[in-house]
Order: sequence, then structure tokens, then C-alpha cells
Amino acid sequence: MNTLRATLMVLLTLWGSHALADAPNGATIAQQGNGHGVAPCLACHGADGAGQAAAGFPRLAGLSQAYLRKQLDDFAGGTRVNATMQPVANGLSDAERDAVATYYSKLPAPAWTLSPAPSGDAAQTGQALAVRGNWTKSLPGCEQCHGPDGVGVGDHFPPLSGQSAVYLSNQLHAWQQGARRNDPLQLMQNVATRLSDADIAAVSAWYAAQSMAPSKEKQP
Amino acid sequence: MKHMRFILLGAALSLAACDHATPQLAAPVAKNPAPATSTSKKQSAFVPPSESDIPNDDFGKQIALGRQIFIDPARYAKAYVGNQLSCENCHLDAGRLAQSAPLWGAYPMYPAYRSKNHHVNTFAERLQGCFNYSMNGKAPPLGDPVLVALETYAYWMAKGAPVGASLPGRGYPKLAKPALAPDYARGETVFKRDCALCHGDNGQGQQSAGRTVFPPLWGSQSFNWGAGMEQVNFAAGFIKANMPLGRGNTLTDQDAWDVAYFMDAHERPQDPRFTGSIQATRASYHDTPDSLYGTEVNGRMLGQGQPTD
Repeated sequence: MNTLRATLMVLLTLWGSHALADAPNGATIAQQGNGHGVAPCLACHGADGAGQAAAGFPRLAGLSQAYLRKQLDDFAGGTRVNATMQPVANGLSDAERDAVATYYSKLPAPAWTLSPAPSGDAAQTGQALAVRGNWTKSLPGCEQCHGPDGVGVGDHFPPLSGQSAVYLSNQLHAWQQGARRNDPLQLMQNVATRLSDADIAAVSAWYAAQSMAPSKEKQP
Repeated sequence: MKHMRFILLGAALSLAACDHATPQLAAPVAKNPAPATSTSKKQSAFVPPSESDIPNDDFGKQIALGRQIFIDPARYAKAYVGNQLSCENCHLDAGRLAQSAPLWGAYPMYPAYRSKNHHVNTFAERLQGCFNYSMNGKAPPLGDPVLVALETYAYWMAKGAPVGASLPGRGYPKLAKPALAPDYARGETVFKRDCALCHGDNGQGQQSAGRTVFPPLWGSQSFNWGAGMEQVNFAAGFIKANMPLGRGNTLTDQDAWDVAYFMDAHERPQDPRFTGSIQATRASYHDTPDSLYGTEVNGRMLGQGQPTD
């Protein structure tokens, strides 16, 4: 009986390590690259997956696996145009994209350094667009799809909180200009065309100054 | 998010989402020719006061409270709410948006005689209907602080609107009858294509951080069989003008009818006026081709109700 158990354990261990050797390791890709020319993700997205605010490299940690995976496919396919990410995504195999998306989806949301809150008109504009939208232009508030305080909803509406103003603003401009067109139902392309440059600056700054935990009380 | 009807009066119903009551109006609603591919949204001439104009006094506090209840009834009117919906789900932009049953369109039309209960209803009584049916809860008693605040909010929003006149943009648009009778299978196709992204594959909606972001369209957490949205004509008008969110008037009229039918062909909590018999309840309260209550769709009798979780 003991022999049988020991044999089973050995077999299971061997099988387990074999399976691991075959499946790409998301952590390894993130930290060391894939060994076939794709640079480690952390070079731009940081060791904790928080991104780099000033450069506009987004936070990946804690985002939905399906969302991250789709972005890699869309970078490769050209519906999300980005000169840096296109070769990265193209250099990853199907299984590697899955693995690295899974890795980042399971990282805890990193500590977030709040940007200074905007003030004056920009603050009002940013908050109004985020919370209420501008229905005279058929523009819903960001949080009507991205959730309370922009924490994100499901696999299709990523968090806006915990992203930098530079990243958010770059994306809104990309939607506007058609460089990013991988949105379901063209929801974001329609939103972006109704935003002015000042609107984009204001709402991006507003989210960059929000905590990642939704507030308990909503102000009227 | 949601829904409509063709009844006797041809009057667009403000607050149509909330129940079946039909105020008998003198003022005819402009006949909406709405061709099958109509995309123009008739602009409302009425502009409600800006929220920044809410006065900073005791009256203003009630306006602001009414607005909070309207946006988040689960928090501010918890005792009277029985599902995951909020007023704002069917009355967009906190009740301000034309063609989305705005409060400024409804308030000046009350008191109104309603064929439903054969008496003149005040606006407060009308609000009670919303809680009974759309919110699948219970009505706050007349004079309850919740009703006072909501009525104050609606009164303030209607400032300057003519009393007793049906303003353009009131209620939901009335769509012309579709070329093809609304159809479950076509509606399902539209739902999967344009609605499931937000409302979920089973119409269950989506929540985030403890709040409903995308409202449930049927099932235990949605409006009950007594709500106006259970009528396909109301639902089609709402959907046409307002869905997908921010992309109103992009669906064809046929798509709006079909997907409204699909939504309303699902089970939801029982009509609180249930008499004990589906057929008798249909005869009393759902006797219109626009209600699927008490009819059989895909081999299932609708109107059996669904317990609230």
C-alpha cells in the first residue's frame, strides 16, 4: 500500500512537472520575456504590473484575463494600433498570450499613487463626465459602463481607476482618431468623438486622482 | 435599457415604466410617423433647470434628496425597493432626458384620471406605482419622506413647464407597428448582438462594487409583471430611443420591436395584483396584444412569476 502510494506520488509529480514544462509560464514571460525575442513586460509595465504613469504605460495588474487576452490579440491584429505592443503581441504564441494574461489578471491591484486632484473648471468637467456624462450630446457617464468610481465591470469594461492621466488621455485620442477600434459595439469610438480635447484632459486627470476603492457615498 | 404599447388613448405615458395606468389626457401627443428606419430624435423644446441651480436651502435639500433617491433607491429608499433596479435605469440622466420618460414631462400631467383604478391619481400616487411594479417593492405611504422628496425633485425639474400640456419628449416615443410581427428568435439575435454585452447572456445584468451597473432585464431582480415595461410597445419605444446606452436611435424599428418582445417573453416576478389565476389576471390587467402575460411563448405559459431572491 505504501509502495503504491509512493509510486503514485512520483508519477503525479513527474506528470505535473511535465505539464508545467509544456505550458508557458506567465510569470517568466512577464519577468524575462519569452526567449524568442519578446522583451519582459515588466520593462514597461513595472515589476508589480502597475505601469508607468508618466510614460503612459498602463497598469495590467488585476485586470480581467479575458480583457488582457483580447488586447494582445487586437494589438497583433491591428485593431488597436500601437508600435510597441504590436511586435510584442505578434511574438507571443496563443498559449503565451493566455499565460501572460492570466498572470497579470491574478496580480493584486498595486498600490496606486494618486495624482493631485484637478481644480476649478477642469475638476467640475472631469467629475461631471465621469459620473453623469453629458446627455445633451448623448454622452453617458464613464461609470455607467465602467462601474462606480471606474472600478471596472466584467470582461468588457476595464477599470479606469488605477490608470494614469497620460494613458487614459492617449486612449481617448486613439479612439477618436481610429487608431484604436477594438471596442464592442463601437461604444468607445462613439463616446470619444463627442469629447473635446479639454474634456479628455479633464476626465483623464479626474480618474488619475481617484482612489481604486469605490467611495461609500455618492454625492448628488 | 428597456421598453411599450398601443392603447386606446394614443397618449404617450410619462413614467410609463412604472405601471399600467393610463392617464386620460386631453392634449393629443403629436402623431409620430416613425418610419421603419427613423433615426431622428425629436428634440425637446423644454429645458429643465440646471442641477447647479438647486437652491441651497431647506427646499433645495429635499430636491437633492429626491435626486439621490432617484439615482440610488437601493440606498436611499431601501425599505421600498425589492429588486436591483433604480429609477434612473428607465428614466435616464436622473430623469432629465427627453424620450426617456423625463420627470419634467410627467409632473405637469398630474393629477390625472387613470382607467386602471378609476379615480383621479395625484403625482404621489403615481410614484407609488413605480415602487409597486417597476421596483417590485412596496409603495411608501402618502406623505412618506421618500415620496415628498421625489415629488419635490420632479416639481423642481418641471419649473416653467405648462401645467396640463403634453410636452415633446415626454414618455417614450411611440413606434409605428413593425413590418413583421415581433418575433422571439429574431429578438434573441438582436439581444445577443447588441444587448448581452452589458445585460448578460441571461439578461441578469451586471454588478460592480456592490452596485448595479447594468440592470437585470428579467428574472427575480427585475421589474415585475405589473410594470409598464412588460408591454412590448413601451419597451420597444424605450429601446429604440435609448439603447444601446449612448447609441440611441441606431437600432432599426424592427430590431427594437423584436428585442423588446424577446425581453418581455421572459419570466419575472408576479404582478402584485395577481388574482390567483393567470388568465383572470390577464383579463383584468393585461388585456392587450402588447402584453405577453398569460400567453404561451415557446411552449411556456408566461405570468407564473418568479420569487424574489
